[in-house]
Amino acid sequence: MTTSTSLVYLIALPLFGATILLLAGRRADKWGHLLATALSASSFGVGLYQLSQMLSRPTEERAVGQKLFSWINVGTFNVDAGLLLDQLSICFILLITGVGTLIHIYSISYMSHDQNRRRFFAYLNLFIAAMLLLVLGDSYLNLYVGWEGVGLASYLLIGFWNQKPAYATASKKAFVMNRIGDMGLSFAIMIAFATLGTVSFSGVEEASHTASKAALTAIGVMLLVAATGKSAQFPLQAWLGDAMAGPTPVSALIHAATMVTAGVYLIIRSNFIFDAAPTAQLLVVIVGAITLLFGAFIGTAKDDIKKALAASTMSQIGYMILGAGLGPAGYAFAIMHLLTHGFFKAGMFLGAGSVMHGMNDQVDMRRYGALRKFMPITFITFGLGYLAIIGVPPFAGFYSKDLIIETAFNAGGIKGILLGSTALLGAAITAFYMTRVMVLTFTSKARWEENQHPHESPILMWLPMAILAIGSVTTGFLFTRGDALANWLNPVFGEHGEEHGTEHLFEPIVVSGMALVAVAIGVAIAIVKYQLAEVDSVAPQDVSIFTRIARKDLMQDSFNEAVFMRPGQALTALLVKGDESVVDGAVRGVGRTALGAGAALRKTQTGFARSYAALILIGAVALLAGIWVVTQ
Amino acid sequence: MNPYNYLYVSAILFTIGAVGVVVRRNAIVVFMCVELMLNAANLSFVTFSRINGTLDGQVVAFFTMVVAACEVVVGLAIIVTIYRSRRSASIDDASLLKR
Repeated sequence: MTTSTSLVYLIALPLFGATILLLAGRRADKWGHLLATALSASSFGVGLYQLSQMLSRPTEERAVGQKLFSWINVGTFNVDAGLLLDQLSICFILLITGVGTLIHIYSISYMSHDQNRRRFFAYLNLFIAAMLLLVLGDSYLNLYVGWEGVGLASYLLIGFWNQKPAYATASKKAFVMNRIGDMGLSFAIMIAFATLGTVSFSGVEEASHTASKAALTAIGVMLLVAATGKSAQFPLQAWLGDAMAGPTPVSALIHAATMVTAGVYLIIRSNFIFDAAPTAQLLVVIVGAITLLFGAFIGTAKDDIKKALAASTMSQIGYMILGAGLGPAGYAFAIMHLLTHGFFKAGMFLGAGSVMHGMNDQVDMRRYGALRKFMPITFITFGLGYLAIIGVPPFAGFYSKDLIIETAFNAGGIKGILLGSTALLGAAITAFYMTRVMVLTFTSKARWEENQHPHESPILMWLPMAILAIGSVTTGFLFTRGDALANWLNPVFGEHGEEHGTEHLFEPIVVSGMALVAVAIGVAIAIVKYQLAEVDSVAPQDVSIFTRIARKDLMQDSFNEAVFMRPGQALTALLVKGDESVVDGAVRGVGRTALGAGAALRKTQTGFARSYAALILIGAVALLAGIWVVTQ
Repeated sequence: MNPYNYLYVSAILFTIGAVGVVVRRNAIVVFMCVELMLNAANLSFVTFSRINGTLDGQVVAFFTMVVAACEVVVGLAIIVTIYRSRRSASIDDASLLKR
């Protein structure tokens, strides 16, 4: 593999920024945000340079690596801290640094009234560095470092306003649920080392040809657990909604565009494992299919604009996981949906932030309405993102989502029909709830509270939104032009890459037609319910049981509480009791026995010389009597 | 004369001494009783020496006398000191060491 010495700068620049900003303290308040933005932008510059270098090389030599240092060197276990940049990671690099830089710019204005803005930018830079390490690491262990790093940054940023206890709790919840997933990743690494003897991507790929199916399945399932944690997939999805406690740029960057897609990256990076372990691959598909409906259902009932978008993120990542689980046919489409989603969802989150900025941080969509006239730029950029996510041609989401639905139908047999219908149903529900968001926010009648003066956001905020909106319009078309992205990524997927498109259940045009009909139905229902009818400014309570359940996030918290938290607490209480009575009891018992024996024996020590003499006498007599008896 | 009679005398003397040590309170009397027990033992040693026809017992008797003399010197000094400080020679009063 070709080596490159400049890969490390991708990570080093934002990491340097985070270090400076955190160490300099208040002294950096004046220029910290500018430095952070500049470093993020220069990291993007390095990424573009790498892309140009990569394009100048022939296809088979495009991947480059860099060994930083020899990290672990114990017996047969050798891990280098090394970086790997190939066609897959470069997509992520550009997404992370590109969208990241835009969000840095947006945050300069969005966070301008926050006295801790410098700390915010330090965390953002830390996140960028960790996320780049995640996608650049050349082994599972290196990836793990980045994986934990983004978890930390996510925790810090969700709880950025931790003076509010609810926000602090939300960050803790995200952290704890992520830990469960992280445990899966560490198990996967351990199993890989125990059975394959290596943890580097190239090593595991090589070993996967000969390894036992059971080991590969175990690794695959553990990787899936990791992915469900980080990407908020069923059954570890419950943290994402609460993660919206973080500032809106954080939601856009971490909880929509980049970090939550790390699970998709992990699965696609491990394509050789999942290709060789069909059971694990089937589980991936099932998780994706469940989550895409799960998120969509939650999205229909949320009145908080950010939570509605979060539910939508969950659902869209479900599509990506579904695509990633469909094997070689779906990998490229999952990545494509990931990239287009990065654009339109980040743009919509920034739009939501812009709306909140104009509405005194109001997040309840039932208190919005008619904002189109007051925030025309936000309306247009959000609207373009909206058209992209529901999949209206020629916007980005149409291409990427359509391809996943099509691939799902082509999965073969009853599985294909089930998955395809699920994806189709998801598309209809997506259209419904996104139209609901759009209508409630921008086009229906105003339902503001008193003293609301909605206004357009400053240029530093709308410019990133505009750029992301352009991305949501064009990327889908560009990526599919002559299968550009699929051909670009194929070398990463090895020899499997060429297999897709063998059997067709439906012609692509038929699938597109069905998807468009589904979308049209969803949009129509939403318009009838919210645009043409009156909308209450307070959520009505006399609603069906389904609405109630969806409002409570399909009981995910109640479920976790009943199934895991309460028994966990009971177990803890039991263990505490066991510790107190058995362990502490034994320790205290030893002490008490010694004390009791001492107290009893002390009674013989009267201090009277005569009693001692009498005891000695009795003892001597008894001894002699004993000897006499024995010798007789 | 039957040498065993000396042993009976020795046993009687020892018993008197032992009972005296246990029942009497006055330190001087207790002390005398201790001497009585030592001398009872000496008597036994000498008697056994005589019965067995060896000198070992007589030698030990001398040792005992020397030890008894030393003990008297130290013991009487202690008793006198205690009496001076407490105005009493009762050994039951001198029970402070248990605290």
